[in-house]
Amino acid sequence: MSERIGMEIALAAAEAVALCRPDVIAAYPITPNTHIPEHLAEIVADGHLDCEYIAVESEHSALSACTGASAAGARVFTATSSQGLLYMYEIVPVVPSMRLPVIMCLGNRAISGPINIWNDHSDYMCVRDLGWISMFASNGQETVDMCIQAFKIGEHADVMLPVLVNLDGFQLTHVVEAMIMPNQEEVDKFLPPRKPFAALHPDNIVSMGTLGLPDIYNEAKKANDEALINSKKVILEIWKEWEKMFGRKYEPIMSYKANDADVIMLTMGSMGETAQVAIDELRKEGFKAGLLDLKLYRPFPADELKKAVKGCKNLIVIDRAVMSGGAAAPVCAEVKSVLYDEPDRPVITNDIIGLGGRDVRVEDFIKIFKKAAKAKPERAYEIYGVRG
Amino acid sequence: MTEKKWPETWQDTNPGLMIFKPGSSRSYLTGGWRAQKPIWDNTKCIKCGVCYLFCPEACITEDAEGFFMADLNYCKGCGICYHECWPRAIKMIED
Repeated sequence: MSERIGMEIALAAAEAVALCRPDVIAAYPITPNTHIPEHLAEIVADGHLDCEYIAVESEHSALSACTGASAAGARVFTATSSQGLLYMYEIVPVVPSMRLPVIMCLGNRAISGPINIWNDHSDYMCVRDLGWISMFASNGQETVDMCIQAFKIGEHADVMLPVLVNLDGFQLTHVVEAMIMPNQEEVDKFLPPRKPFAALHPDNIVSMGTLGLPDIYNEAKKANDEALINSKKVILEIWKEWEKMFGRKYEPIMSYKANDADVIMLTMGSMGETAQVAIDELRKEGFKAGLLDLKLYRPFPADELKKAVKGCKNLIVIDRAVMSGGAAAPVCAEVKSVLYDEPDRPVITNDIIGLGGRDVRVEDFIKIFKKAAKAKPERAYEIYGVRG
Repeated sequence: MTEKKWPETWQDTNPGLMIFKPGSSRSYLTGGWRAQKPIWDNTKCIKCGVCYLFCPEACITEDAEGFFMADLNYCKGCGICYHECWPRAIKMIED
């Protein structure tokens, strides 16, 4: 088994991607994901990875180049954050609609304005409905593992979709953590070379990214939606395979002491580990508290959620983005939608926390927890800790 | 209007709507988008071919005598040929 080594998580993500032997990488640096493509550039420049590294002039070009390379049958990778994602936005929905696997790390960062480089999930929420499989890592190890899993999932013959690996900017990208790095032999065994469904080549005629007017657009959308929903089956299979090979378990919703809990908190990304400490404290105080960590956001694990909250009285959904003018914050709106038809659904409260890098501490979760366990809130959602 | 060549159901579509038959845009007739069509007055036409060069659909062809005409299966009636024809041999009329 490989040994545990201390490394910055962004660099570890780059090392993990390199182990997957990508053919083409096209990326443009933007805080806080920068160290991922930067380190990959070093790995390629030093001759450790045989890969076409395209130093593009923008994120729009980065994803365009990746799309073209994927259409030609290559294994491709890119990474970005916040404004970079918004700059490539035009291409983001095109990739899944063409059923092309492209793997992207998103170092989650608040979107402007006001201008902010720190972490929240508002960048991801702009693209959540565009057809990409989306996972959220809660630590460095998960980032490394998900980067490798992502290639196998996205390139699977029954999936053929792009995959976003979300890692919180700074809280994860810039943190040094002790991680188990799989070795090349293990990754080669887990991840065979890509076998594309079709590839652009003069000898094999294929048109990709074709026109789809009213006479076919409905069917195209339905087929894409089904493909994304059905990808869950493959994701679960690949996660099982991963667990067997590497001993680390992945589930769409990871439960922490939530089985017998009266009050459950649901988080996504790096907040999960902080919240675990809060749950431990609350348990010591006698509360039957539990935590659900949402690892897979697209396709949304509706059945798993229904099962996980069965029997609990209160569900506190923690969001890290505002859905301006919406019915709730994004994760909570989805959770409420899933649980609406459940006969014994819990009382659901929604707190938005950690916007634009505002610190998220153990005591914040404890406060939110105690407030929610006491009374029904006046508002559908609150921005926790907002002054005024 | 368009010649229907689409799969009936969503299950029949190729992933990503990929098409494995060459020349698919040729069988996709787009003339139905048109409101106006160009007509040529060959007494004014000097056979310069400017209309042919500028047509963004490349649907203008030359006949045996060297005059030009638009293939109305693809002509969208944009009027660029009319705009560029300096001897004013082309007129746009309601289709």
